[in-house]
Amino acid sequence: MSEPMVKAEQVHKSFGRLEVLKGVSLEVQPGEVVCMIGPSGSGKSTFLRCINHLERINAGRLWVDGKLVGYRQSGDKIYELRDAEVCRERAQIGMVFQRFNLFGHMTALENVIEAPIRVKKVTKRNAIAEARVLLERVGLADKVNVYPAQLSGGQQQRVAIARALAMTPKLMLFDEPTSALDPELVGEVLEVMKALAFDFQTTMIVVTHEMGFAREAADRVLMMDDGRIIEEGTPEHFFQAPREERTKQFLAAIL
Amino acid sequence: MAVSDTAEQVRPDEIKAIPVRHPGRWVAAGIVVVLGAALAKSIATNGNFQWGVIRQYFLTSQVLHAVLVTIELTVLAMAIGIVLGVLLAVMRLSPNPLVASASWLYIWFFRGTPVLVQILFWYNISALYPRFSVGIPFGPQFAHFSANTLIKTFVAGVLALGLNEGAYMAEIVRAGIISVEEGQTDAAQSLGMTRLMTMRRIVLPQAMRVIIPPTGNETISMLKTTSLVSAIALAPPELLGAVENVYDRTYQVIPLLLVASIWYLILTTVLTIGQYYLERYFGRGATRDLPETPLQRLRRNLFAFRHATVEASEAAAERR
Repeated sequence: MSEPMVKAEQVHKSFGRLEVLKGVSLEVQPGEVVCMIGPSGSGKSTFLRCINHLERINAGRLWVDGKLVGYRQSGDKIYELRDAEVCRERAQIGMVFQRFNLFGHMTALENVIEAPIRVKKVTKRNAIAEARVLLERVGLADKVNVYPAQLSGGQQQRVAIARALAMTPKLMLFDEPTSALDPELVGEVLEVMKALAFDFQTTMIVVTHEMGFAREAADRVLMMDDGRIIEEGTPEHFFQAPREERTKQFLAAIL
Repeated sequence: MAVSDTAEQVRPDEIKAIPVRHPGRWVAAGIVVVLGAALAKSIATNGNFQWGVIRQYFLTSQVLHAVLVTIELTVLAMAIGIVLGVLLAVMRLSPNPLVASASWLYIWFFRGTPVLVQILFWYNISALYPRFSVGIPFGPQFAHFSANTLIKTFVAGVLALGLNEGAYMAEIVRAGIISVEEGQTDAAQSLGMTRLMTMRRIVLPQAMRVIIPPTGNETISMLKTTSLVSAIALAPPELLGAVENVYDRTYQVIPLLLVASIWYLILTTVLTIGQYYLERYFGRGATRDLPETPLQRLRRNLFAFRHATVEASEAAAERR
C-alpha cells in the first residue's frame, strides 16, 4: 500500500491556555476526499491550518506525503525548519479560505500567476497560459482582468481555487469554502470542487457543513467535537445511522 | 391581487414640487460675500502690501534658486524619512524583541524632541563627535573623516529633517501594515511565499492605500518645515533664508515674506495634485470604480455638450 498523503498522530494545539486540539489522529490516502464536520470551535479549521503549518502544533506528529510538517527529525531530536523550507512544503499544499483572501490589488489573472512566477519560478508567459486554462476550468474565462472587489463571492472563491491549483498541489485543503457565500452562489463553487474530486482525483480535506456535497463527493466523513474526532465513517453511515449522540444532535441541527 | 397587470399601468406624472426656501443660507452667503469683498479691497488698496516689491523679487535668480534648494531639501528629507520609516515599521513588528524595542526607542527619541533642536544639534555635531570613522565596531577602523568636512550645513539640514521624519513615517507605515487583513498573509504563505516576499508583494502594496494620504500630508508639512533650516544659515539659502537675506538689507519685511508665502503655496498646490493621482493609482482594486480625474470629467462634459448641441442642430434641421 502507498504511503498516506496526510498522517496525524495525537496532534495537540493550544492557543495560550486554551487547548483547541486534544489529540487528533487520522490518515488520508492519496486521491481520497475527506469531509470534516462539527460545531464551530471544535478545532476543524485549526487542524486544517496545522497541516500546512500556518499554525504550529504543540504535541504529536503530523506528516504530509511522508515528511514531517514544519520540523525535521534526526535521531530523537526535532529541529525547526527554516522559513524557506517551510515555504517549499507549503507550496505543494493548496488552501482555500472561508473569506477567499484574494489579493485585493491584483486582477484575477495576477492573483493566479503570482505564486507560480515568484515561488515556482515559472516564466511569466507560461504562467499566464496556465492561469487562463485554470480560470476557464472554473468558468471565469471572461473575468481574467477583473479585480476581486468587482466579483461576486462565488466568483471570488472560484478564482481562489484556481489560484491554489496553479501551484499544482498534491493536496488541497478547503476551510469552509462556501460558508461566506449567499445560498444561490454555493452551487457553483461545489460544482468546481466536485470536478476536482471526480475528474482529477485530487486529494482533498474539506471542512464543510454542506452534507449534500459530502454525500456526493466524500469517501469519508469525520465528525469533530471539542478538539477530537468523535466519529468517522462513510457519508451513508452519517445519514443513516450516526452512532454518537453528539453527532445526531449536530446533524439534526444543520440538516 | 398584490401584483397588478403592468401592461394596464400608466406611468404617473413627474413630481413638480415647490422647493423648500432656505433664508438662513441666503443670509450666510451674503455675509461671506461682504466679508470677502472687504478683504479683497484691503489687499488691493493697502499700500503696505507693496505688490510692486513682490513682483520685483518674485522671479529673481536668488529666489528661484532658493525655491530649488527648498525642493531639494524636501525631496531628500522625505526620501530618507520614507526609507527609514518602512525599515523602522518592519522592525517594530518584528518577533525579535530587541529589534522591536530599538525601533521603539528611535521613535521615542526623534519624535520627542523638537525638530529645530535636532537641526541645531546636527549643525553642531562636530562639538560632540569631531571625527567619524568607518570600520568594525570595537575593531580596526579603515577611514577617518572630520565632522566639519563631512557634515556641511546642507547635509546637517537634510539629516535632521530626514531622521526626524523617519520617526513619523514609521508610525504611518506601521498603521498601513496592520490595516491589511491577516487573511492576505495566510493566503500568501499558503502559496509558499516567504515572509519577505509576502511583505513586499502582498502586504505593502495594499498598505499603500492607507499610507499615501498621511504621507502626502507629511510631504506638504516637510516643505514648510524646511524653513526652519534658515536657523543654521544654509549657503545657498532655502526660500525663507533667501528672503530674510534680502529684507535684512532692504527692510521690506512684509512683501518679501509674501514672496516666500506665495512660493510655498504654489509648491504645496503642486504636491496636492500629485497626491491625488498617487492615491488614485494605489486605490486600484479597492473600489469598484476609480473616480474620474478632473481632466476626464472635463472631457466627458465637453463631449456631452458637443453631443447635445449636434443633436439639437440636427433636430432643428429635421424640423425645417
